[in-house]
Amino acid sequence: MRDLVLAAVLGLGLSLPAAGYEIEVEQVFGPEDGREIRVISTTDLVSIDSVLRDFVEGHPGSRIRYAQAASVEVFRAIHDEGAAYDLVMSSAMDLQMKLANDGFAASVQPQIGALPAWARWRDQLYGVALEPVLTLASRRAFGDLPIPRTRRDLIAMLRENPDRFDGRIASYDPRSSGVGYFLISQDSQQSDGFWRLAEVMGRLNARLFCCSGEMIDELRAGRLAIAYNVVASYAARYTPDDPDLVRLALEDYTLAIIRSALVPANAGNPEGATDLLSYLLSPPAQQHFAESSGTALMPGAGQPPQPHLRPIRLDAGLLVYDDQLRRAGLLSEWNAAMVQP
Amino acid sequence: MKPAAASPAGFSLRRRLVWQFAALSLLLVVALFFAVRFAAERASRASQDAVLGAAVISVGDGIRAVEEELELDLPYATFSMLGAMGNERIFYSLSTGDGLVTGYDDLPQPQVTPGDLSPVFYGADYRGSRLRLAALTRRVLLGQRIEEITVVLGQTRYGQAAIARDTARSAAWIGLGFLALTVPVALWAARAVIRPVDRLAEAVTRRGPQDLRPVLHPAPRELVPLMGALNGFIARLRGALQLAETFIFEAAHRIRTPLSLVRTEAEMALAETTDEALRQRLRRMVRAIGESSRSANQILDHAMVLYRSDQFMAEPVDVAALAGSVLRSVRAVAEMRDIEMRAEGLDQPCPVLGDARMIEVALRNILDNAVKFSPDEGNVLLRLSRDGGMARIEVTDQGRGLVAGDADLTGRFRRGSNVGDVVGSGLGLTIVTEVAAAHGGRFTLSPRPEKGTCATLFLPLSSASA
Ligand SMILES: Nc1ncnc2c1ncn2[C@@H]1O[C@H](COP(=O)(O)OP(=O)(O)OP(=O)(O)O)[C@@H](O)[C@H]1O
Ligand SMILES: [Mg+2]
Repeated sequence: MRDLVLAAVLGLGLSLPAAGYEIEVEQVFGPEDGREIRVISTTDLVSIDSVLRDFVEGHPGSRIRYAQAASVEVFRAIHDEGAAYDLVMSSAMDLQMKLANDGFAASVQPQIGALPAWARWRDQLYGVALEPVLTLASRRAFGDLPIPRTRRDLIAMLRENPDRFDGRIASYDPRSSGVGYFLISQDSQQSDGFWRLAEVMGRLNARLFCCSGEMIDELRAGRLAIAYNVVASYAARYTPDDPDLVRLALEDYTLAIIRSALVPANAGNPEGATDLLSYLLSPPAQQHFAESSGTALMPGAGQPPQPHLRPIRLDAGLLVYDDQLRRAGLLSEWNAAMVQP
Repeated sequence: MKPAAASPAGFSLRRRLVWQFAALSLLLVVALFFAVRFAAERASRASQDAVLGAAVISVGDGIRAVEEELELDLPYATFSMLGAMGNERIFYSLSTGDGLVTGYDDLPQPQVTPGDLSPVFYGADYRGSRLRLAALTRRVLLGQRIEEITVVLGQTRYGQAAIARDTARSAAWIGLGFLALTVPVALWAARAVIRPVDRLAEAVTRRGPQDLRPVLHPAPRELVPLMGALNGFIARLRGALQLAETFIFEAAHRIRTPLSLVRTEAEMALAETTDEALRQRLRRMVRAIGESSRSANQILDHAMVLYRSDQFMAEPVDVAALAGSVLRSVRAVAEMRDIEMRAEGLDQPCPVLGDARMIEVALRNILDNAVKFSPDEGNVLLRLSRDGGMARIEVTDQGRGLVAGDADLTGRFRRGSNVGDVVGSGLGLTIVTEVAAAHGGRFTLSPRPEKGTCATLFLPLSSASA
């Protein structure tokens, strides 16, 4: 997958900055002579493409250089490399929070509309979209089994049908995926039942992926039955009309992460970045995001959050997930659950 | 006569009082602002320190040794809570003697080694923010050895600063409200302080000109020295006036009596001698004595008029009756020279507000001039009429009239060049103009077109008859 994207980038004739972080794809929107707003983001170019086009259309003096990268790479680019970007957007809430807390974010005043207080931190970090974390299932693979509605159902079903699901369950690999690590730390905090699920998944030789795209591809190819913890907007993009795929929002709880954006303290064009941020928070962009994730962050922009949805707040508590000791402890516990003797 | 206005005021006591009051209140408001800010800062720091202390203890509680490895369960809720007020930034570090275990490696460490249970607090600048930090030491058995772990937890205090600022700001608003209230209170207080002074001034002003009794108006203690000085001054004034009064009458008596004695002696000598040369000399003597006695009378009248002007006391006077009696007394002299004196308008009373003796002296001088400067068998006419709010007393004669060059005959001891051998001292018209001025009236002397002179005195009518 990554090779493929790299090939696409090289094919476009764009040169990658010689830096210690990897960019998957880069594209420029808007006129040649416009003032450039450099964006680094975890959001797939394909899903945000139309929003960026709308922005440069409404702001003829601006152009956007959009770089897409994995969440860990985004964090590294800003935190370790001091790369020059004007807007940083990521779904890895803990990493975004750490950037802001550690002083990498500038204070900006975009037009935030009705953005709820829990979806922003100071005047530095602003939630842009609310993304439920779903479980995807292949109807074919389930056969006559009922579709589970809670984690308890899911665990019971996996236990009862080891043959059917052996090697056909997938999730993020928390060691290589920032979002994956963040999600299991949230899961482990939400309920103790999660470790039972992890154990069952380990016993059934679950496959771990770095990225959601790959996971969904495998699912659609019929080589997977269940993909646990997939960010909704990816699912929406890869399965627009696949009748076989079921998007499950488990009813015991469904996490929802906030994709957030900040303007780095060293931004060269903070005004442009603030304009873009204001646009991302404006009704047309919000409606677009709400449509692709199925849930609106801004009240009134789309479907309101379901009662079982647990949005994770943007607050200082997120800082604990980045702690290396905590991380080591959690990963070793995860390993113990996944790798059965 | 009006009392002379006091010298222009240097400053207003009332305004000064109000300003001082307002300035003091303003000072208090500013002091209140800073005091409240300081107190609020201290109070909120104490409560937030308690939270920070509890947080660092709970982080310390999350340290465990598992199979010679350190484990740390950073409590999500603790961090969330720490950051809650004012979205604080949070930094932490765990370090042993060997160095950092986890967290921020350059976080400022405490100066003193903290204890096990009670955290030490300190402040430091870190990553562009002022931090409040709490540190704690935990001992952990790692394999064989005891490891001392220092836990440091720091947070910004944006929320605390905002609370202190808000509290101080509301205190300032309340203070400003009080300030707005103090202005009317200050005005009222200043007026209350000034009121006795106003009352005293009013009481003194209300007195009649003759009233030289000491001021016994009740006054606050602070005004007692002023009252004492005022009363002392009044007493001296009264003494001086009494002295002047008695002196004038004493002097009149002392001059007139010997003069008339000398005159009688001279006249008797004139009657007894037949030596023509001696008689001539005695006649000149009698004449000179008459002149000086006349001068002395005029000087005394003038002094009397001056004195009565100062002590002016107006009461209703019927000018018609007064003019009639003066006319009668002058007529005796006029008849000796066959001068006919007539009067018009004396048949009905004409009241003016004034001093009867002063008016009488004035009328006598006017009539005296008219008779003096008339030829034998001349005519003098006194006409009393009302003109506007004034009584108009007009005395015309058919005498020698005035000489065109003689300006201002009303000056002291000023006589005209037309006097010839007519005796006089030149004080008569001075007296008349002073009487007119004291009454608020006026006097004019003008030649008549045909022959003679016309002297006119205007005196204001009393308001009842005006
Ligand atoms: N009726 C008048 N006819 C002509 N001249 C007059 C008449 N009244 C006043 N005067 C002129 O005005 C001068 C001033 O008059 P005033 O009464 O002051 O002085 P006097 O009559 O000379 O002296 P006194 O009145 O003091 O004995 C007179 O000397 C005279 O020249
Ligand atoms: Mg005269």
